[in-house]
Amino acid sequence: MADLARDDILKLAALARLDLTDAEVTEYAQELTAILHYVEQLQNVDVDGLKPTNQVTGLTNVMREDTEVDYGYSPKDLLHGTPAVENDHIKVRRMIG
Amino acid sequence: MPTKIWQPIADIAAGVQNGQLKASELVAEALSIIDEQAEFQAIIAVTPGRASQRAAEIDERVAKGEQVGRLAGVPFIAKDNFLVFGAETTAASNILRGFKAPYQSTAIQKLEAEGAICVAKANLDAFAHGSSTENSDFMTTKNPHDITKVPGGSSGGSAAAVVLGMAPFALGTDTGGSIRLPASYCGAVGYKPTYGLVSRSGVVAMASSTDVVGPLTRTVADAALVLDVMAGQDPLDSTTIERQESYADLSDTDLTGKKIGIIREYMAEGLNEGVRTQIETATEKLKNAGAEITEVSLPTLPLGLAVYYVLCPAEVSSNLSRYDGQRYGFTVTDAKSLDESFKKSRSQGFGKEAKRRIMIGTYVLSSGYYDAYYKRAQIVRTKLIAEFAEAFEQVDFLLGPTAPSTAFAIGANADDPLQMYLTDIMTVAANLSGVPAISVPAGVSEGMPVGLQIMAAQRNDKQLLQIADAVEDILG
Repeated sequence: MADLARDDILKLAALARLDLTDAEVTEYAQELTAILHYVEQLQNVDVDGLKPTNQVTGLTNVMREDTEVDYGYSPKDLLHGTPAVENDHIKVRRMIG
Repeated sequence: MPTKIWQPIADIAAGVQNGQLKASELVAEALSIIDEQAEFQAIIAVTPGRASQRAAEIDERVAKGEQVGRLAGVPFIAKDNFLVFGAETTAASNILRGFKAPYQSTAIQKLEAEGAICVAKANLDAFAHGSSTENSDFMTTKNPHDITKVPGGSSGGSAAAVVLGMAPFALGTDTGGSIRLPASYCGAVGYKPTYGLVSRSGVVAMASSTDVVGPLTRTVADAALVLDVMAGQDPLDSTTIERQESYADLSDTDLTGKKIGIIREYMAEGLNEGVRTQIETATEKLKNAGAEITEVSLPTLPLGLAVYYVLCPAEVSSNLSRYDGQRYGFTVTDAKSLDESFKKSRSQGFGKEAKRRIMIGTYVLSSGYYDAYYKRAQIVRTKLIAEFAEAFEQVDFLLGPTAPSTAFAIGANADDPLQMYLTDIMTVAANLSGVPAISVPAGVSEGMPVGLQIMAAQRNDKQLLQIADAVEDILG
């Protein structure tokens, strides 16, 4: 797999909503390339017939009753660290032009 | 080094319950030791107000003749990625600086219900990303045995705090070795339970498929008691599993006939000679005590780190997407649009390692690379799990070093993230396969502690703690 170029890093940064400085772009291009080269060893493993593991203890679809649960917190408790609040809702900047 | 060797936790609690010890004095003592040992920078914040208030309540309840609980008045320190009342919860990150928990984590609630008292929040690599605490956005914790060396990470503040005698126990989290590695580097006991045995509710998420909560203590018996209080299913964490009966009752275990497999891949080339000597000496002692020692091979183990450094950043990039400057934590005030607010808040709020992991994770999950990286790693994970299952058909326990070397110098790996990742090479496999693992002190090499790692099959936490208790006795 190819080395990561500056353009690749900029594309990833845009996807991850990060603004990187020029120095960071250069640094991450080198470091991510080295890390990806290291993990390339996974390509040579014989994995014939094996399926991916997503959950290690074998649990599937853990359900609970669809009822209201009172955890004892008010919206105000949960929103007290929120930068901007209006009527117990998180307030953000305009999304649609 | 330690100014105080705390009594066994069960004895402290019994002392408080019978009135010989006062919770308020224990809290004051812990806070005073934290203050005396400030140069090690193990602690981000203390919680004197809430701790003193809780101690006074406990002393009052004892005076009235009430039963307080199995951890009555026992001070402890929580890694700063646990939501705890009485101080900020920052995960040692600038983006969460100033954040106050609106509720407490289940682990803390259970400890408090038995009378334990949180006195401080310990330093960590920001968001638990690291093996040395050097990635903390605030400060680097120093190793209690040598101030020029790292304590290991990411629960480095918790491990150093316990070894420095700041409290009888501390809480950590272990996603790829973050309890066991600092335990090994600092000379503490570090316990990583079976995945799902302790609720993760109220703990800042790192990689959700491998994150576990566990104790750092002076002894195995202390770790077993703390685990016993925290273990069990929690409606707030749907990945939690059913607990076994008591973990705290560690009847004397006879090693005779116990089948222990030495992991060949961990004893291979690249292992520091001083560490090798200590592990071989320990193995010899276990053999003399009657254990049946064999060599076991898990050929996929050396690939564990590569699997981990695909899966962990993938999950990190997902879990850290919630830090967007809108919900809680740091936000910029000069953004003109929502998207600019996301970008600026994240870019200014996250440190270097968090950004690095977000970038790797975004790459391995992105369209066109998902199959080659993420899915491939999940498949190799299956192979690793199968090898563990096979090994545990031959032996009851697996044994090896916790880390390939002792603690390294502060700054030694600072410019090479891959080299830093390699310190986790012997710990990540337990996380990927969900099995319980413990690091117990096994002598020193050139003055620095060596950790012996023991693993058991999933859900055999009790058996693992019993054997670790016996091993601890034998290694003295």
